[in-house]
Amino acid sequence: MKFAVIVFPGSNCDRDMYHAVKDILGEEADLVWYENSNLANYDAILLPGGFSYGDYLRSGSIAATSDCLKQIKAHAAKGKPVLGVCNGFQILLEAGLLPGAMLCNKNLAFMCHQEKLRVANHTTLFTSEYEENEIVQFPIAHGEGNYFCDEATIKELRKNKQIVFTYEANPNGSTEDIAGIINREGNVLGMMPHPERAVEALLGSADGLKVFQSIVMNWRNSYVASV
Amino acid sequence: MLQVSEISPEQIETDKIYRGMGLSEQEYNMVKAILKRRPNFTEIGIFSVMWSEHCSYKTSKPLLKKFPTKAANVLQGPGEGAGIIDIGDNQAVVFKVESHNHPSAVEPYQGAATGVGGIIRDVFSMGARPIALLNSLRFGNLTSDRVKYLFQEVVHGIAGYGNCVGVPTVGGEVQFDDNYEGNPLVNAMCVGLINHEDIQKGVAAGVGNTVIYAGAATGRDGIHGATFASDDLAEDANKDRPAVQVGDPFMEKLLIEACLEVIHSDALVGMQDMGAAGLTSSASEMASSAGTGMEMNLDLVPQRELNMTAYELMLSESQERMLLVVKKGREQEIIDVFEKYGLQAVAVGEVIEEKTFRLIHHGNIVADIPVDALAEEAPVYHMLSEEPEYFRRFQQMEESIPHVENFTGTLKALLEQPTIASKEWVYDQYDSMVQTNTVITPGSDAAIVRIKGTDKALAMTTDCNSRYMYLDPETGGKVAVAEAARNIVCSGATPLGLTDGLNFGNPTRHEIFWQMEKSVAGMSAACRLLKTPVISGNVSLYNESKGKAIFPTPVVGMVGLIESLDHVTSSFFQRAGDVIFLIGETKPEFGGSELQNILAEGDTDEIYSGKAPAIDLEVEAKRQSQLLDAIRQSIVQSAHDLSEGGLAVALAESVFTDKGLGVRAALSGDMTVELFSETQSRFLVSVKPEDVERFKEIIDDARQIGVVTDDGQYTIFGNGKQVIAEDAEALCQRWKGAIPCLLKSRV
Repeated sequence: MKFAVIVFPGSNCDRDMYHAVKDILGEEADLVWYENSNLANYDAILLPGGFSYGDYLRSGSIAATSDCLKQIKAHAAKGKPVLGVCNGFQILLEAGLLPGAMLCNKNLAFMCHQEKLRVANHTTLFTSEYEENEIVQFPIAHGEGNYFCDEATIKELRKNKQIVFTYEANPNGSTEDIAGIINREGNVLGMMPHPERAVEALLGSADGLKVFQSIVMNWRNSYVASV
Repeated sequence: MLQVSEISPEQIETDKIYRGMGLSEQEYNMVKAILKRRPNFTEIGIFSVMWSEHCSYKTSKPLLKKFPTKAANVLQGPGEGAGIIDIGDNQAVVFKVESHNHPSAVEPYQGAATGVGGIIRDVFSMGARPIALLNSLRFGNLTSDRVKYLFQEVVHGIAGYGNCVGVPTVGGEVQFDDNYEGNPLVNAMCVGLINHEDIQKGVAAGVGNTVIYAGAATGRDGIHGATFASDDLAEDANKDRPAVQVGDPFMEKLLIEACLEVIHSDALVGMQDMGAAGLTSSASEMASSAGTGMEMNLDLVPQRELNMTAYELMLSESQERMLLVVKKGREQEIIDVFEKYGLQAVAVGEVIEEKTFRLIHHGNIVADIPVDALAEEAPVYHMLSEEPEYFRRFQQMEESIPHVENFTGTLKALLEQPTIASKEWVYDQYDSMVQTNTVITPGSDAAIVRIKGTDKALAMTTDCNSRYMYLDPETGGKVAVAEAARNIVCSGATPLGLTDGLNFGNPTRHEIFWQMEKSVAGMSAACRLLKTPVISGNVSLYNESKGKAIFPTPVVGMVGLIESLDHVTSSFFQRAGDVIFLIGETKPEFGGSELQNILAEGDTDEIYSGKAPAIDLEVEAKRQSQLLDAIRQSIVQSAHDLSEGGLAVALAESVFTDKGLGVRAALSGDMTVELFSETQSRFLVSVKPEDVERFKEIIDDARQIGVVTDDGQYTIFGNGKQVIAEDAEALCQRWKGAIPCLLKSRV
């Protein structure tokens, strides 16, 4: 399976994502510069964390208007997987691929530490390797991870089981303890915690590996099925 | 618009304009002798920044020469952007510390942020990828709104910059004492990793080669920053806010990626960052070290403000700018790389044979200065040194044991002292994990960053107990280096070398220069014995406000090599049942201790007095080497050095994990001494029961003092009687809550 890790000016978790997929998972991956990119040959797209365009204007807002995002939307429309982590999630929100918006953390400060998460939906193509309601540990590292949306959207998210990860001890004030949500179609996941930072026990947790393993497993199944 | 260029050479002399730029009359006359004419306004500005203490080290140079700087593995010692040490496998570690004290005192967010930006550029300008940041901070006590503001904004500034550029902030230290109230210290350290063949130098070699300016455009910010940094902080320091630069970490991130791409091109000859004294220092130093000259056309320099004068262009300290020398005819290859990242890169001059620094602006020669006059031939001063009265008095004081009745209450008070309390409030705001290499995150003795693709890791720390430095700078200097090495060893690493961030008061005062002299002597002695050469550093003088100097604060930033990830050791107890050892005997030593601090009442003028804790470097070296030996044989579960607050605090810190562990220890002798003395060269180590005998064989002077328990209780027996019995989690909450609580409390 071939992954594209999109690199925007200011992305800074791009190499970490690449390392997780290529070196730890052992799948094919490329770091793809956002300009003049051709995403047609990739099976999955990963939007890494960082500070694309320095977080100027609003986190993710400038990257969301790039030509690259048009290709990502087309890719998503074909049902191919798109995972946005941290700033990648913020970009997906700004691009309208996922509903809602980010506010500053409730303590108005950046925060970085390990957090316990619950896998609220283990039936998605990003979480199928997890058990139902499994408690996992991922690092968070963000200043604007306080997810917000209106009542109607929350009802929709709940109804369609679009809430995929929740915090066990909400660190940032996010609505409904939301740490990650998926689109209605089930192929675009955005999450604030960093699965790519949780792929080696040496660094504190390997719980994030199953996110990537789930993507590969589901791709193999559907690929084999289609062949 | 500032029309400063109008001032004529005659007027500069008659009105002594140079004095306002920090040059003395004698120095002005030296400039005249060098130029064989009166300097114009741009030229005198250039001399004033290049001959400032910040750039020329004119008063500290004679002392800096005393540091041991060489070792077989040192690839680059002091003098370049950063020092470099070989770590095998064709890799090397690059590091340096730098201060940003004065800017942070008047504009804490930007002052701290640009301090981080500057030190990162020093590292990647060597061709290294920055892999970790640390910092060493000093503030007044958290009892005034101003100090709280400075503390909070400095932390926000470090976070704002470091997080955005994607270099993890993995460690550091923060201490609080009244003498830093008006003059906080912000020292930032950056560590980089490089392959030997990628090492770059700041040289403008090859006559005819092109000088390229890359990065952010030049504005009017930070003009005379280096001069500002080389003077006392005046009461009206707020007027100096325009001398503080404004950082753009996004620009820096792009610059890192572009520069690290450019180093692989053989078109690149040399590269240097524009730090203190901006374009002036980078250009003249590159030419001076290559033995060439340089001519630049200032009209070509990208500018973000209108009508900038030559003086402003040369003295601006706008951030995120680099100067490169590129082979003639191959400029476009380099420019293309910068343009890919949306950065400006333009040819602004060329390397010339004549050893002169010549600047053209609007068709006129606005400066023509012999290159070596700026960098190499700056004046050097040998200051007078005089032992201060206080030191003689302190040395004559007998060591007395403070009277402590309530050991539990004292332990709690110590844990709530901000210097000892958990710094989680600080480091939680730093991205400590980006780049996915951080094996030990902030909070342990040293941070550990693994090197991908190898079984190796680097341990790093910053240390300096400035209270000891004040009481006895020579002993304090030894302790600072030894403590840093102790932290490195506790994490399982061999100390490689250090970078020093020397922060002192006004060196023209004899007792301040005495402090500098003694500190350097003490540090040098420890460096020699512990085999840790000084490979880079920074000097920040004139750290005074309202006529009072800070405590001498020579920060030690040390890096060590862990040869196998199996040796990674943390300071936290790991498992119930493990046996606790204390290495080293304890003596009654309370001078400069945290206990002395909390017991001082009313008499705020002299909180600390007496002798600093003694240190025997031979004993220190032996214990470090034995402990490292034990760690490498995998018989050490945890290792923690004893520092502020003594054994009682070290035991508490070791048990503060989320594992629900407890500790039971039995001590004998004077409990105040046993629990709270700050005797040096001691370690707290836990060992599996089955390894106890092997451990004792390796370590000479280890004393078994207790066990790790699973009851979550912190229990200490003294001479057979229970002296402290507390819930460890409750102690931990006090320790963790202290700083947030101080920040919230109303003055």
